[in-house]
Amino acid sequence: MGVEVAVHDLTKSFGKQIIWGDVTLTLPPGEVSVMLGPSGTGKSVFLKSLIGLLKPDKGSIMIRDVDIARCSEHKLYETRKLFGVLFQDGALFGSMNLYDNIAFPLREHTRKSEKEISNIVLEKLEMVGLSGTEKKLPGEISGGMRKRAGLARALVLDPEIILFDEPDSGLDPVRVAYLNQLIIDLNAQTDATFLIVTHDIGTARTVPDNLGMLFRRELVMFGPREVLLTSEEPVVKQFLNGRREGPIGMSEEKDSAQVAAELASLEGAAPPHPMAAPKGGIGGGVPPQIQPSPGLPERKAAGRRQQRVLDMLHTLPLAAQEAIRAVLDQEHQEELEAREASRGASAPSWDSAATQHVSSGQG
Amino acid sequence: MASLSPTAGVAQAGRLFALFLDVGRLMFRRPFQFREFIQQAWFVASVTIVPTALVSIPFGAVIALQIGSLSRQVGAQSFTGAASVLAIVREASPIVVALLIAGAAGSAICADLGSRKIRDEIDAMEVLGISPVQRLVVPRVFACTLVAVALNGLVSVVGVAGGYFFNVVLQGGTPGAYLASFSALAQIQDVYTGELKAFVFGIIAAVVASYKGLNAGGGPKGVGDAVNQSVVISFLLLFFVNFVITAVYFQVVPAKGS
Repeated sequence: MGVEVAVHDLTKSFGKQIIWGDVTLTLPPGEVSVMLGPSGTGKSVFLKSLIGLLKPDKGSIMIRDVDIARCSEHKLYETRKLFGVLFQDGALFGSMNLYDNIAFPLREHTRKSEKEISNIVLEKLEMVGLSGTEKKLPGEISGGMRKRAGLARALVLDPEIILFDEPDSGLDPVRVAYLNQLIIDLNAQTDATFLIVTHDIGTARTVPDNLGMLFRRELVMFGPREVLLTSEEPVVKQFLNGRREGPIGMSEEKDSAQVAAELASLEGAAPPHPMAAPKGGIGGGVPPQIQPSPGLPERKAAGRRQQRVLDMLHTLPLAAQEAIRAVLDQEHQEELEAREASRGASAPSWDSAATQHVSSGQG
Repeated sequence: MASLSPTAGVAQAGRLFALFLDVGRLMFRRPFQFREFIQQAWFVASVTIVPTALVSIPFGAVIALQIGSLSRQVGAQSFTGAASVLAIVREASPIVVALLIAGAAGSAICADLGSRKIRDEIDAMEVLGISPVQRLVVPRVFACTLVAVALNGLVSVVGVAGGYFFNVVLQGGTPGAYLASFSALAQIQDVYTGELKAFVFGIIAAVVASYKGLNAGGGPKGVGDAVNQSVVISFLLLFFVNFVITAVYFQVVPAKGS
């Protein structure tokens, strides 16, 4: 089972400019989470802080009782072995061919023989669909292939936390669909904790268990996908629908009077043509989540998540509750009713640490 | 990126010094990256040998010409050889090494590391639990130092040969007198000091170039800026260190015959 990442009160600034402040969230072990945000809201900075490449100004990041934000260099290097990170452009070593790139972590950190290394490398290459390209240099292949090769390298040490920095940028829609399926399949096979940083709405709608959104130097929301997908919060709604009307402007932010006017005009207007919103922003509601390919085991995280979400159900907004109930099967329906009956008798007993619904002061 | 804060420069110097200490500490961490060291030594040698040889011939010639005409004016032709050997081995050779090791080798190292940095390769390496200082910087410092010491020998030989050619063949000097006076002023400590200078220059140039490369940012332009700064900072440091070592040398080693 994957590792829990508990971020508390994290703040990062460059000089006088605050990137984001007081970010508190918990990536539940083994689940897939997506961090959304318009360009330039510090999503990549957040990801780099999680792996200790950037030091936050304050706050803590706890992973297995180690605080990444202020542990010793030795501890940091040890803890990083739990991580697999896919950087935006794959970050392959330009001087090595794909085989050596993927073999690199194994050669550095394990005492495996070249034969074992070869088996693992070829297996991972096949997993990302790059068999037969092991002799190529990173400069000789396309951006999408570099990305997949980077993923193969990130997976080679069987990490327990896998971070993706915009896995879908620069890929065509078909490859994005394959990559998303691959992410879910990997999660089913490894039960590792996933965090995907992206601004692709299609990915955000169908891949994760949990969604979060960064905007205006803070974490607007973080919680189960149903909560954000049904949210009435203007920023979240605007982003997940890919509309122009809302608080997010072309350059930075809009003034509040303009936002109010735009939203009011939207209320009265007919619903926009579904094809008008680009980048996966079609339709509303909660689309079904991608399931592992046939033949793979069930995602263990899915069961844990269902329990977790049911535990916190009564704390969630009504729209989210309905969306969750709608997809429950018969067995869980009964379980839920039993829970609600018992809750009527006793005091609420949810674990408040497991639920983070950071509501912003705006709107 | 220029910062107007007065502490920024001090902070830079501090971080550069911290990298020196890190290199010193990680130098002894096993496994030593022998392959990288050999590759880098070969790379640094290949970008410096030919320019060094080509620079040291006119350098030796200029010194020979200057000393040749000076010594004729004061009537000390018999010491022409002695003076030009002294000038080349003591000063000219380390200066040529400094120019080439900072200008050719340092800029190449900085550009290489800088382009890796902006492609996230350095970050990826750290995330894979491997220290870029141990893996990349230490072998480069060793390689640069080794090549600098070897280059100093090359420059001394080529420079003295060039000086001989210009003095004897072109200025009509006496071959016997030129050769015979070789050891009149110069002593073996001069060669040692020259090599010591080259050794120190190699370390400084490599660490400065690595520091600037590892801290490059802001895309391809950032790498260009980093290379530029790396060369300028190395030049300043190398010429200053050269002065310090020379000053100490005159205090420590007595001049010949005194």
